[in-house]
Amino acid sequence: MRYAMAVDTKKCVGCGDCVVACQTENNVPIGYCRDWIVENVNGSYPNVEIELRSERCNHCDNSPCVRCCPTGASHIVEGGIVMVTHNECIGCGACIQSCPYDARYSHPEGYVDKCTFCNHRLEKGQSTACVEVCPTTCLYFGDLDDPNSDVSRALKNRSWKVLAPEAGTKPQLFFLT
Amino acid sequence: MKEELFVSGRNIPNIDPFLNIWHWEIPVYLFLGGLSAGIMFFAGLFMVMGKEKEMATTVKWSMFLVPVALVLGLFALFLDLKHQLYFWRLYTTIRIESPMSWGAWTLMFITPLSFIWVATYMKEAIPGWNWKFKLIDDLEAIAVKYRVHMAWAMMGLAIVLGVYTGILLSAFNARPLWNTSILGPLFLVSGMSTGLAAIMWMSKSHEERTILSKIDIALIGIELFLIIHLFMGFLAASEVQIEAAQLFLGGEFTVTFWVFVVILGLIIPAFLETLELFGFRIPIWIPSLLILVGGLIFRFVMVEAGQITRFLY
Ligand code: SF4
Ligand code: SF4
Repeated sequence: MRYAMAVDTKKCVGCGDCVVACQTENNVPIGYCRDWIVENVNGSYPNVEIELRSERCNHCDNSPCVRCCPTGASHIVEGGIVMVTHNECIGCGACIQSCPYDARYSHPEGYVDKCTFCNHRLEKGQSTACVEVCPTTCLYFGDLDDPNSDVSRALKNRSWKVLAPEAGTKPQLFFLT
Repeated sequence: MKEELFVSGRNIPNIDPFLNIWHWEIPVYLFLGGLSAGIMFFAGLFMVMGKEKEMATTVKWSMFLVPVALVLGLFALFLDLKHQLYFWRLYTTIRIESPMSWGAWTLMFITPLSFIWVATYMKEAIPGWNWKFKLIDDLEAIAVKYRVHMAWAMMGLAIVLGVYTGILLSAFNARPLWNTSILGPLFLVSGMSTGLAAIMWMSKSHEERTILSKIDIALIGIELFLIIHLFMGFLAASEVQIEAAQLFLGGEFTVTFWVFVVILGLIIPAFLETLELFGFRIPIWIPSLLILVGGLIFRFVMVEAGQITRFLY
Protein backbone atom coordinates (compact mmCIF):
# COMPACT_ATOMS: atom_id res chain seq x y z
CA MET A 1 0.00 0.00 0.00
CA ARG A 2 1.30 3.46 -0.83
CA TYR A 3 -0.86 6.44 -0.05
CA ALA A 4 -0.47 9.47 -2.28
CA MET A 5 -2.33 12.57 -3.34
CA ALA A 6 -2.79 14.35 -6.62
CA VAL A 7 -3.72 18.02 -6.91
CA ASP A 8 -5.35 19.31 -10.04
CA THR A 9 -3.73 22.69 -10.60
CA LYS A 10 -6.20 23.41 -13.42
CA LYS A 11 -9.25 22.92 -11.23
CA CYS A 12 -8.03 24.51 -7.99
CA VAL A 13 -9.45 28.00 -7.48
CA GLY A 14 -7.41 28.80 -4.38
CA CYS A 15 -10.41 29.12 -2.08
CA GLY A 16 -8.43 27.75 0.88
CA ASP A 17 -11.21 25.45 2.11
CA CYS A 18 -8.72 22.61 2.42
CA VAL A 19 -6.59 24.75 4.71
CA VAL A 20 -9.48 25.58 7.01
CA ALA A 21 -10.78 22.01 6.98
CA CYS A 22 -7.37 20.74 8.04
CA GLN A 23 -6.98 23.34 10.77
CA THR A 24 -10.37 22.38 12.18
CA GLU A 25 -9.97 18.64 11.83
CA ASN A 26 -6.51 18.53 13.34
CA ASN A 27 -6.77 21.30 15.94
CA VAL A 28 -3.97 23.22 14.29
CA PRO A 29 -3.13 26.23 16.50
CA ILE A 30 -4.11 29.65 15.22
CA GLY A 31 -1.48 31.15 12.97
CA TYR A 32 -0.21 27.75 11.84
CA CYS A 33 -1.20 25.40 9.05
CA ARG A 34 -0.42 21.95 7.76
CA ASP A 35 -1.50 22.70 4.21
CA TRP A 36 -1.42 25.94 2.28
CA ILE A 37 -2.04 27.36 -1.17
CA VAL A 38 0.63 28.72 -3.42
CA GLU A 39 -0.10 30.95 -6.35
CA ASN A 40 2.57 30.89 -8.97
CA VAL A 41 2.39 33.77 -11.41
CA ASN A 42 4.43 33.58 -14.54
CA GLY A 43 4.68 36.50 -16.96
CA SER A 44 2.60 39.67 -16.94
CA TYR A 45 -0.76 40.68 -18.37
CA PRO A 46 -1.92 39.77 -20.98
CA ASN A 47 0.55 36.92 -21.31
CA VAL A 48 0.20 35.57 -17.84
CA GLU A 49 -0.01 32.09 -16.49
CA ILE A 50 -1.20 31.29 -13.02
CA GLU A 51 -0.80 28.01 -11.27
CA LEU A 52 -2.57 27.30 -8.01
CA ARG A 53 -1.29 24.55 -5.82
CA SER A 54 -2.62 23.16 -2.60
CA GLU A 55 0.59 22.01 -0.89
CA ARG A 56 1.33 19.92 2.18
CA CYS A 57 3.86 17.35 3.33
CA ASN A 58 4.80 15.15 0.38
CA HIS A 59 5.14 12.01 2.48
CA CYS A 60 8.35 11.42 0.63
CA ASP A 61 9.48 7.91 -0.20
CA ASN A 62 13.06 8.89 0.59
CA SER A 63 12.29 11.17 3.49
CA PRO A 64 15.24 13.17 4.87
CA CYS A 65 13.14 14.23 7.87
CA VAL A 66 12.88 10.65 9.07
CA ARG A 67 16.55 9.96 8.47
CA CYS A 68 17.84 12.97 10.38
CA CYS A 69 15.59 12.59 13.41
CA PRO A 70 17.79 11.70 16.41
CA THR A 71 15.04 10.13 18.47
CA GLY A 72 12.97 8.25 15.94
CA ALA A 73 9.99 10.52 16.63
CA SER A 74 9.67 11.05 12.88
CA HIS A 75 8.84 7.70 11.40
CA ILE A 76 6.97 6.01 8.58
CA VAL A 77 3.80 4.06 9.14
CA GLU A 78 1.81 1.71 6.96
CA GLY A 79 1.07 3.17 3.56
CA GLY A 80 4.22 5.29 3.53
CA ILE A 81 2.75 8.04 5.71
CA VAL A 82 5.40 10.08 7.54
CA MET A 83 4.32 10.71 11.13
CA VAL A 84 5.73 12.46 14.20
CA THR A 85 5.21 10.96 17.66
CA HIS A 86 4.74 14.03 19.80
CA ASN A 87 6.07 12.68 23.06
CA GLU A 88 9.21 11.32 21.45
CA CYS A 89 10.06 14.58 19.70
CA ILE A 90 12.58 16.79 21.48
CA GLY A 91 12.01 19.75 19.17
CA CYS A 92 15.58 19.91 17.92
CA GLY A 93 14.41 21.25 14.58
CA ALA A 94 16.62 18.98 12.47
CA CYS A 95 13.67 17.66 10.50
CA ILE A 96 12.45 21.21 9.81
CA GLN A 97 15.86 22.00 8.32
CA SER A 98 15.84 18.82 6.29
CA CYS A 99 12.53 19.31 4.50
CA PRO A 100 12.94 20.96 1.09
CA TYR A 101 9.25 21.92 1.13
CA ASP A 102 9.08 23.61 4.53
CA ALA A 103 6.19 21.34 5.34
CA ARG A 104 6.92 21.10 9.06
CA TYR A 105 6.51 23.61 11.82
CA SER A 106 7.31 23.84 15.47
CA HIS A 107 4.06 23.54 17.42
CA PRO A 108 3.71 26.10 20.24
CA GLU A 109 3.73 23.17 22.65
CA GLY A 110 7.27 22.32 21.54
CA TYR A 111 7.03 19.29 19.32
CA VAL A 112 7.12 19.29 15.56
CA ASP A 113 3.91 18.91 13.66
CA LYS A 114 2.81 18.47 10.08
CA CYS A 115 0.31 16.84 7.72
CA THR A 116 -0.54 13.24 8.65
CA PHE A 117 -2.67 12.49 5.58
CA CYS A 118 -5.38 12.39 8.25
CA ASN A 119 -4.16 8.98 9.33
CA HIS A 120 -6.75 8.89 12.09
CA ARG A 121 -9.50 9.22 9.50
CA LEU A 122 -7.97 6.69 7.13
CA GLU A 123 -8.04 4.15 9.93
CA LYS A 124 -11.79 4.64 10.11
CA GLY A 125 -12.12 4.20 6.35
CA GLN A 126 -12.67 7.89 5.67
CA SER A 127 -10.68 10.10 3.32
CA THR A 128 -8.66 13.12 4.38
CA ALA A 129 -10.40 16.27 5.58
CA CYS A 130 -9.03 18.40 2.73
CA VAL A 131 -10.19 15.96 0.06
CA GLU A 132 -13.67 15.71 1.54
CA VAL A 133 -14.18 19.45 1.65
CA CYS A 134 -12.71 20.61 -1.65
CA PRO A 135 -15.57 22.28 -3.56
CA THR A 136 -13.99 21.75 -6.97
CA THR A 137 -12.95 18.16 -6.17
CA CYS A 138 -9.46 18.93 -7.37
CA LEU A 139 -7.77 16.73 -4.74
CA TYR A 140 -7.43 13.00 -5.37
CA PHE A 141 -6.30 10.65 -2.67
CA GLY A 142 -5.74 6.94 -2.44
CA ASP A 143 -3.46 3.96 -2.78
CA LEU A 144 -0.99 4.07 -5.65
CA ASP A 145 -0.75 0.28 -5.64
CA ASP A 146 -4.44 0.04 -6.44
CA PRO A 147 -4.94 0.92 -10.12
CA ASN A 148 -8.57 1.84 -9.47
CA SER A 149 -7.97 4.33 -6.69
CA ASP A 150 -8.80 7.98 -7.35
CA VAL A 151 -5.17 9.00 -7.33
CA SER A 152 -4.00 6.22 -9.66
CA ARG A 153 -6.69 7.05 -12.18
CA ALA A 154 -5.96 10.77 -12.01
CA LEU A 155 -2.28 10.16 -12.67
CA LYS A 156 -3.01 7.76 -15.52
CA ASN A 157 -5.07 10.20 -17.52
CA ARG A 158 -3.18 13.42 -17.04
CA SER A 159 0.31 14.83 -17.21
CA TRP A 160 1.75 15.66 -13.84
CA LYS A 161 4.82 16.85 -11.99
CA VAL A 162 6.26 16.74 -8.50
CA LEU A 163 7.98 19.64 -6.75
CA ALA A 164 11.77 19.84 -6.62
CA PRO A 165 12.42 16.26 -7.79
CA GLU A 166 16.11 17.18 -7.84
CA ALA A 167 16.02 17.22 -4.04
CA GLY A 168 15.87 13.45 -4.32
CA THR A 169 13.16 12.95 -1.73
CA LYS A 170 10.77 11.09 -4.06
CA PRO A 171 7.72 13.14 -3.12
CA GLN A 172 4.29 11.50 -3.22
CA LEU A 173 2.25 14.63 -3.80
CA PHE A 174 1.55 14.97 -7.50
CA PHE A 175 0.43 18.07 -9.34
CA LEU A 176 -1.73 17.55 -12.43
CA THR A 177 -0.78 20.09 -15.05
CA MET B 1 7.86 38.19 -14.01
CA LYS B 2 7.75 35.15 -11.83
CA GLU B 3 6.05 35.46 -8.53
CA GLU B 4 5.07 33.04 -5.86
CA LEU B 5 2.83 33.83 -2.96
CA PHE B 6 0.81 32.10 -0.33
CA VAL B 7 -2.78 32.91 -1.14
CA SER B 8 -3.94 31.09 1.96
CA GLY B 9 -2.00 33.62 4.04
CA ARG B 10 0.55 31.27 5.50
CA ASN B 11 2.86 33.02 7.93
CA ILE B 12 4.17 30.46 10.40
CA PRO B 13 6.55 31.77 13.08
CA ASN B 14 10.22 30.96 12.34
CA ILE B 15 9.32 29.30 9.03
CA ASP B 16 7.95 32.11 6.85
CA PRO B 17 9.08 34.09 4.97
CA PHE B 18 12.52 32.63 5.68
CA LEU B 19 13.35 29.60 7.71
CA ASN B 20 14.89 30.73 10.99
CA ILE B 21 14.33 27.87 13.36
CA TRP B 22 17.90 27.75 14.66
CA HIS B 23 18.98 30.86 16.49
CA TRP B 24 22.15 31.64 18.43
CA GLU B 25 22.20 28.34 20.32
CA ILE B 26 23.33 26.16 17.44
CA PRO B 27 26.26 28.33 16.28
CA VAL B 28 27.43 28.62 19.89
CA TYR B 29 27.12 24.87 20.31
CA LEU B 30 29.10 24.29 17.12
CA PHE B 31 31.74 26.79 18.19
CA LEU B 32 32.24 25.30 21.64
CA GLY B 33 32.27 21.81 20.16
CA GLY B 34 34.94 22.79 17.63
CA LEU B 35 37.00 24.60 20.26
CA SER B 36 36.92 21.60 22.58
CA ALA B 37 37.77 19.25 19.73
CA GLY B 38 40.77 21.43 18.87
CA ILE B 39 42.15 21.54 22.40
CA MET B 40 41.56 17.84 23.00
CA PHE B 41 43.19 16.83 19.76
CA PHE B 42 46.41 18.69 20.50
CA ALA B 43 46.45 17.69 24.16
CA GLY B 44 46.16 14.08 23.06
CA LEU B 45 48.68 14.50 20.28
CA PHE B 46 51.45 15.97 22.41
CA MET B 47 50.76 13.46 25.17
CA VAL B 48 51.19 10.59 22.73
CA MET B 49 54.36 12.21 21.43
CA GLY B 50 55.70 12.27 24.96
CA LYS B 51 55.86 16.07 25.15
CA GLU B 52 53.92 16.41 28.40
CA LYS B 53 56.67 18.51 29.99
CA GLU B 54 57.58 20.77 27.09
CA MET B 55 53.98 21.40 26.08
CA ALA B 56 52.52 21.62 29.55
CA THR B 57 49.83 24.18 28.73
CA THR B 58 48.63 22.17 25.76
CA VAL B 59 48.55 18.84 27.52
CA LYS B 60 47.48 19.91 30.99
CA TRP B 61 46.21 23.40 31.59
CA SER B 62 44.26 24.24 28.46
CA MET B 63 42.32 21.02 29.00
CA PHE B 64 40.67 22.64 32.00
CA LEU B 65 38.67 24.71 29.50
CA VAL B 66 37.26 21.67 27.77
CA PRO B 67 34.80 20.28 30.32
CA VAL B 68 33.47 23.79 30.85
CA ALA B 69 33.12 24.40 27.11
CA LEU B 70 31.46 21.04 26.51
CA VAL B 71 28.97 21.49 29.30
CA LEU B 72 28.14 25.00 28.11
CA GLY B 73 27.84 23.64 24.57
CA LEU B 74 25.47 20.91 25.65
CA PHE B 75 23.49 23.48 27.57
CA ALA B 76 23.23 25.63 24.43
CA LEU B 77 21.97 22.59 22.54
CA PHE B 78 19.47 21.97 25.29
CA LEU B 79 18.25 25.56 25.05
CA ASP B 80 17.69 25.07 21.34
CA LEU B 81 15.29 22.21 21.96
CA LYS B 82 11.67 23.24 21.90
CA HIS B 83 10.39 20.17 23.71
CA GLN B 84 12.96 20.12 26.48
CA LEU B 85 11.17 17.77 28.87
CA TYR B 86 11.83 15.00 26.39
CA PHE B 87 15.57 15.66 26.16
CA TRP B 88 16.36 12.17 27.44
CA ARG B 89 14.84 10.71 24.29
CA LEU B 90 18.16 11.47 22.62
CA TYR B 91 19.72 8.77 24.73
CA THR B 92 17.16 6.02 24.43
CA THR B 93 18.13 5.26 20.86
CA ILE B 94 21.03 5.44 18.44
CA ARG B 95 20.14 6.56 14.94
CA ILE B 96 23.01 5.90 12.58
CA GLU B 97 21.63 8.16 9.86
CA SER B 98 21.04 11.16 12.09
CA PRO B 99 23.98 13.53 12.69
CA MET B 100 22.15 14.96 15.71
CA SER B 101 22.17 11.51 17.25
CA TRP B 102 25.84 11.02 16.45
CA GLY B 103 26.70 14.31 18.08
CA ALA B 104 24.70 13.63 21.20
CA TRP B 105 26.40 10.26 21.65
CA THR B 106 29.88 11.56 20.86
CA LEU B 107 29.44 14.20 23.53
CA MET B 108 28.21 11.53 25.89
CA PHE B 109 31.64 9.85 25.64
CA ILE B 110 33.88 12.84 25.19
CA THR B 111 32.58 14.95 28.08
CA PRO B 112 33.30 12.39 30.84
CA LEU B 113 36.66 11.69 29.23
CA SER B 114 37.61 15.35 29.45
CA PHE B 115 36.52 15.43 33.09
CA ILE B 116 38.69 12.43 33.90
CA TRP B 117 41.66 13.92 32.08
CA VAL B 118 41.37 17.15 34.02
CA ALA B 119 40.87 15.28 37.30
CA THR B 120 44.22 13.54 36.88
CA TYR B 121 45.92 16.95 36.84
CA MET B 122 44.02 18.46 39.75
CA LYS B 123 46.78 17.77 42.26
CA GLU B 124 49.31 19.45 40.04
CA ALA B 125 47.08 22.42 39.37
CA ILE B 126 46.12 23.10 42.95
CA PRO B 127 48.85 22.17 45.41
CA GLY B 128 47.40 20.41 48.39
CA TRP B 129 44.30 19.26 46.48
CA ASN B 130 42.63 16.41 48.23
CA TRP B 131 39.88 14.18 46.81
CA LYS B 132 38.64 13.39 50.34
CA PHE B 133 37.55 9.87 49.33
CA LYS B 134 40.02 7.09 48.99
CA LEU B 135 38.01 5.55 46.17
CA ILE B 136 38.53 8.63 44.00
CA ASP B 137 42.23 8.58 44.80
CA ASP B 138 42.43 4.98 43.66
CA LEU B 139 40.50 5.72 40.49
CA GLU B 140 42.76 8.65 39.79
CA ALA B 141 45.82 6.47 40.12
CA ILE B 142 44.37 4.10 37.53
CA ALA B 143 43.50 6.97 35.18
CA VAL B 144 47.03 8.37 35.47
CA LYS B 145 48.40 4.99 34.40
CA TYR B 146 46.25 4.97 31.29
CA ARG B 147 46.85 8.56 30.22
CA VAL B 148 48.39 7.60 26.90
CA HIS B 149 45.45 5.36 26.08
CA MET B 150 43.09 8.18 26.98
CA ALA B 151 45.12 10.48 24.77
CA TRP B 152 44.56 8.21 21.77
CA ALA B 153 40.84 8.04 22.49
CA MET B 154 40.73 11.81 22.84
CA MET B 155 42.39 12.35 19.48
CA GLY B 156 39.97 10.00 17.75
CA LEU B 157 36.89 11.41 19.42
CA ALA B 158 38.08 14.98 18.86
CA ILE B 159 38.21 14.37 15.12
CA VAL B 160 34.74 12.84 15.17
CA LEU B 161 33.45 15.81 17.16
CA GLY B 162 35.16 18.38 14.93
CA VAL B 163 33.92 16.82 11.71
CA TYR B 164 30.49 16.34 13.21
CA THR B 165 30.08 20.08 13.80
CA GLY B 166 30.26 20.47 10.03
CA ILE B 167 28.30 17.37 9.12
CA LEU B 168 25.42 18.45 11.31
CA LEU B 169 24.85 21.14 8.69
CA SER B 170 26.12 19.45 5.55
CA ALA B 171 23.77 16.49 5.95
CA PHE B 172 20.82 18.72 5.09
CA ASN B 173 20.28 18.34 1.41
CA ALA B 174 17.37 20.79 1.60
CA ARG B 175 19.69 23.73 2.42
CA PRO B 176 21.96 24.21 -0.60
CA LEU B 177 24.53 26.32 1.27
CA TRP B 178 25.16 23.52 3.74
CA ASN B 179 24.92 20.63 1.39
CA THR B 180 28.58 20.28 0.54
CA SER B 181 30.99 17.71 1.89
CA ILE B 182 33.67 20.39 2.35
CA LEU B 183 31.84 21.60 5.45
CA GLY B 184 33.02 18.63 7.55
CA PRO B 185 36.78 19.20 7.04
CA LEU B 186 36.31 22.98 7.04
CA PHE B 187 34.64 22.97 10.45
CA LEU B 188 37.20 20.50 11.76
CA VAL B 189 40.15 22.65 10.69
CA SER B 190 38.48 25.82 11.91
CA GLY B 191 37.71 24.18 15.27
CA MET B 192 41.32 23.05 15.62
CA SER B 193 42.54 26.53 14.86
CA THR B 194 40.27 28.07 17.52
CA GLY B 195 41.51 25.42 19.95
CA LEU B 196 45.12 26.37 19.22
CA ALA B 197 44.28 30.03 19.65
CA ALA B 198 42.93 29.34 23.12
CA ILE B 199 45.99 27.28 24.08
CA MET B 200 48.43 29.91 22.78
CA TRP B 201 46.63 32.58 24.72
CA MET B 202 47.07 30.56 27.91
CA SER B 203 50.64 29.46 27.30
CA LYS B 204 53.50 31.31 28.97
CA SER B 205 56.27 29.38 27.28
CA HIS B 206 57.72 30.94 24.19
CA GLU B 207 58.88 27.60 22.75
CA GLU B 208 55.46 26.07 23.15
CA ARG B 209 53.79 29.04 21.50
CA THR B 210 56.21 28.92 18.58
CA ILE B 211 55.38 25.28 17.87
CA LEU B 212 51.67 25.94 18.18
CA SER B 213 51.65 29.01 16.01
CA LYS B 214 53.51 27.16 13.26
CA ILE B 215 50.77 24.54 13.28
CA ASP B 216 48.14 27.24 13.40
CA ILE B 217 49.51 29.06 10.37
CA ALA B 218 49.36 25.81 8.43
CA LEU B 219 45.79 25.19 9.57
CA ILE B 220 44.71 28.68 8.55
CA GLY B 221 46.27 28.06 5.16
CA ILE B 222 44.24 24.87 4.80
CA GLU B 223 41.14 26.72 5.92
CA LEU B 224 41.56 29.43 3.29
CA PHE B 225 42.13 26.75 0.68
CA LEU B 226 38.93 24.95 1.74
CA ILE B 227 36.94 28.19 1.65
CA ILE B 228 38.08 28.88 -1.90
CA HIS B 229 37.12 25.34 -2.83
CA LEU B 230 33.76 25.78 -1.19
CA PHE B 231 32.91 28.70 -3.42
CA MET B 232 34.41 27.14 -6.54
CA GLY B 233 32.21 24.13 -5.89
CA PHE B 234 29.10 26.26 -5.44
CA LEU B 235 29.68 28.33 -8.54
CA ALA B 236 30.11 25.20 -10.62
CA ALA B 237 26.99 23.56 -9.21
CA SER B 238 23.25 23.91 -9.76
CA GLU B 239 21.22 27.08 -9.62
CA VAL B 240 20.29 26.78 -5.96
CA GLN B 241 23.93 26.52 -4.93
CA ILE B 242 24.96 29.41 -7.17
CA GLU B 243 22.28 31.45 -5.41
CA ALA B 244 23.63 30.30 -2.06
CA ALA B 245 27.12 31.47 -3.01
CA GLN B 246 25.69 34.82 -4.12
CA LEU B 247 24.74 35.54 -0.51
CA PHE B 248 28.49 35.80 0.09
CA LEU B 249 29.50 37.30 -3.23
CA GLY B 250 27.57 40.55 -3.19
CA GLY B 251 24.63 39.42 -1.08
CA GLU B 252 23.80 40.29 2.48
CA PHE B 253 26.55 38.24 4.12
CA THR B 254 29.40 39.53 1.96
CA VAL B 255 30.90 42.00 4.41
CA THR B 256 30.40 39.88 7.51
CA PHE B 257 32.00 36.89 5.90
CA TRP B 258 34.92 38.35 3.98
CA VAL B 259 35.83 41.13 6.40
CA PHE B 260 35.15 39.57 9.78
CA VAL B 261 35.71 35.90 9.09
CA VAL B 262 38.29 35.76 6.32
CA ILE B 263 40.33 38.94 6.75
CA LEU B 264 40.08 39.65 10.47
CA GLY B 265 39.59 36.06 11.58
CA LEU B 266 42.10 34.27 9.35
CA ILE B 267 44.44 36.39 7.25
CA ILE B 268 45.43 39.01 9.81
CA PRO B 269 46.05 36.58 12.69
CA ALA B 270 48.09 34.35 10.38
CA PHE B 271 50.08 37.40 9.35
CA LEU B 272 50.64 38.46 12.96
CA GLU B 273 51.71 34.95 13.90
CA THR B 274 54.18 34.94 11.05
CA LEU B 275 55.61 38.29 12.14
CA GLU B 276 55.99 36.91 15.62
CA LEU B 277 57.95 33.95 14.27
CA PHE B 278 60.30 36.40 12.60
CA GLY B 279 61.02 38.04 15.92
CA PHE B 280 58.54 40.89 16.08
CA ARG B 281 56.91 41.23 19.45
CA ILE B 282 53.18 40.82 19.09
CA PRO B 283 50.98 40.33 22.17
CA ILE B 284 49.63 36.81 21.66
CA TRP B 285 46.14 37.71 22.75
CA ILE B 286 45.58 39.76 19.61
CA PRO B 287 45.79 36.96 17.03
CA SER B 288 44.15 34.55 19.48
CA LEU B 289 41.19 36.77 20.07
CA LEU B 290 40.81 37.47 16.35
CA ILE B 291 40.79 33.74 15.57
CA LEU B 292 38.27 32.95 18.29
CA VAL B 293 35.90 35.74 17.35
CA GLY B 294 36.30 34.94 13.66
CA GLY B 295 35.47 31.30 14.32
CA LEU B 296 32.36 32.24 16.24
CA ILE B 297 31.14 34.66 13.57
CA PHE B 298 31.85 32.04 10.91
CA ARG B 299 29.44 29.65 12.58
CA PHE B 300 26.79 32.30 13.05
CA VAL B 301 27.00 33.28 9.39
CA MET B 302 26.87 29.71 8.13
CA VAL B 303 23.89 28.75 10.28
CA GLU B 304 21.92 31.87 9.49
CA ALA B 305 22.69 32.06 5.77
CA GLY B 306 22.13 28.34 5.27
CA GLN B 307 18.59 28.54 6.52
CA ILE B 308 17.74 31.18 3.94
CA THR B 309 18.85 29.01 1.04
CA ARG B 310 16.37 26.53 -0.35
CA PHE B 311 15.18 24.66 -3.38
CA LEU B 312 13.27 26.57 -6.01
CA TYR B 313 10.09 25.20 -7.50
S1 SF4 C 1 7.62 16.80 2.52
FE1 SF4 C 1 9.12 17.29 4.06
S2 SF4 C 1 8.21 16.64 5.98
FE2 SF4 C 1 7.08 15.65 4.35
S3 SF4 C 1 8.09 13.64 4.11
FE3 SF4 C 1 8.99 15.04 2.61
S4 SF4 C 1 10.78 15.85 3.67
FE4 SF4 C 1 9.49 14.95 5.24
S1 SF4 D 1 12.30 18.06 15.97
FE1 SF4 D 1 11.42 16.14 16.75
S2 SF4 D 1 10.72 15.00 14.95
FE2 SF4 D 1 12.10 16.62 14.27
S3 SF4 D 1 14.11 15.68 14.14
FE3 SF4 D 1 14.01 16.62 16.17
S4 SF4 D 1 13.19 15.00 17.49
FE4 SF4 D 1 12.81 14.32 15.38
